[in-house]
Amino acid sequence: MTALTHLASEEMENPLLPPMPELIIGLIAFLIVFLFLGKKLLPNINKVLDERRAAIEGGMEKAEAAQAEAQQVLEDYRAQLADARHEAARLRQEAQEQGVALIAEMRSEGQRQREEIIAAGHAQIEADRKAASATLRQDVGQLAIDLAGRIVGESLADSARQSRTIDRFLDALEEKSVDVTKAEATR
Amino acid sequence: MSADQTLLAFETDCHIFDGCGFPAPGLHSFVFEPLFTIGGFEFNKPMLLAILGSLVVVGFFWAAFGRAKVVPGKLQMIGEAGYDFVRRGLVYEALGKKEGEKYVPLMVSLFFFIWMMNLWSIIPVASFPVTSIIAYPAGLALLVYVLWVGLTFKKHGFVGAWKNMTGYDKSLGGILPLVVVLEFFSNLIIRPFTHAVRLFANMFAGHMLIVMFTIASWYLLNGIGIAYASASFVMTIVMTAFELFIQAVQAYVFVLLACNYVQGALSEHH
Repeated sequence: MTALTHLASEEMENPLLPPMPELIIGLIAFLIVFLFLGKKLLPNINKVLDERRAAIEGGMEKAEAAQAEAQQVLEDYRAQLADARHEAARLRQEAQEQGVALIAEMRSEGQRQREEIIAAGHAQIEADRKAASATLRQDVGQLAIDLAGRIVGESLADSARQSRTIDRFLDALEEKSVDVTKAEATR
Repeated sequence: MSADQTLLAFETDCHIFDGCGFPAPGLHSFVFEPLFTIGGFEFNKPMLLAILGSLVVVGFFWAAFGRAKVVPGKLQMIGEAGYDFVRRGLVYEALGKKEGEKYVPLMVSLFFFIWMMNLWSIIPVASFPVTSIIAYPAGLALLVYVLWVGLTFKKHGFVGAWKNMTGYDKSLGGILPLVVVLEFFSNLIIRPFTHAVRLFANMFAGHMLIVMFTIASWYLLNGIGIAYASASFVMTIVMTAFELFIQAVQAYVFVLLACNYVQGALSEHH
């Protein structure tokens, strides 16, 4: 019998009965771990983990801020672009309107000038006609008188009689022509 | 008694067909001669392993978290992974983040301490799981038990605590006395016992298996027995790998149960 088996047979009666020295050593060993981890090392790592989270969140905040700024710039740029487009469209519209207005103005001006010219022509013609008519009437009267004087041999120098006779003659002539035109019209 | 025998705990010159019986492992495999004695206090190998183990755990976390940095090194990363595993996977899961924060250090310490104590089983030369001696798991289970009872009384008051621990519920009617008696025994007497024994028995059996196959590999190393010895040796390797798994699982289970007990003490209903 060795000392080992002797010792064993003496103490191995119940393996579920905890021997006190082992219990104490076990608890001491655990308390060593618990104290070091609980007091020093885990608070240590917790602090670092918090710092890391803060750092990561800070980085994310920065990234978010940068993104927001980029977004803002993009929106500004887009707004400016839209403004420019509107402005260009407005200018085009305006130019178009001005062009139309100009054309209309020029057209009306031309119309006016044309009418003026036409009216002036008419007036001129009328005046010429009147002048011609007056001259003609005088010349025709003179010629008629001369002719009649030669034929009749009677001097019709008496101006009063002269003019009365001419006028009567001319009136009769006019009446005749009016009758002719009337008759043409009715026919 | 030679130095070899102290280390290996079985007779080294014994083989099959040598007229020598199989030196089967047994309860004596878990009893150690004192390494030294101070004033009647016998300091043995498991005690040495327990102290060394706690130093290893502290040493590891000191190396990992001692000078922790925001940008972690390799060791710190491993430490953080282990720490987070227990913190999130066990404590927050059972107790919630707010309630659980206070118990994180205890549970982390428990997990890594138990794991290390178990791991000694497959570390050469040590080759002995400290937790296969009932005193070590019993001490830890006792701690959890005291914490649980203390928390229950603190949270629910004297009467409330008894109601909580005995599952007192008026709506049970006639079977209430039976339930109260059963719950009392279950929670206050059997539960701490099973809490300790679950860990102890797993490690005890695991160590027994490994020792068994190790001794057999050596014992069979004679004549035709060599063929069987190789099979036994393969089994030793397989059981060692299996133990590596079981050790972590048992540490996990112990801490999981501890978390559940604390949760039971803190919960409003019983």
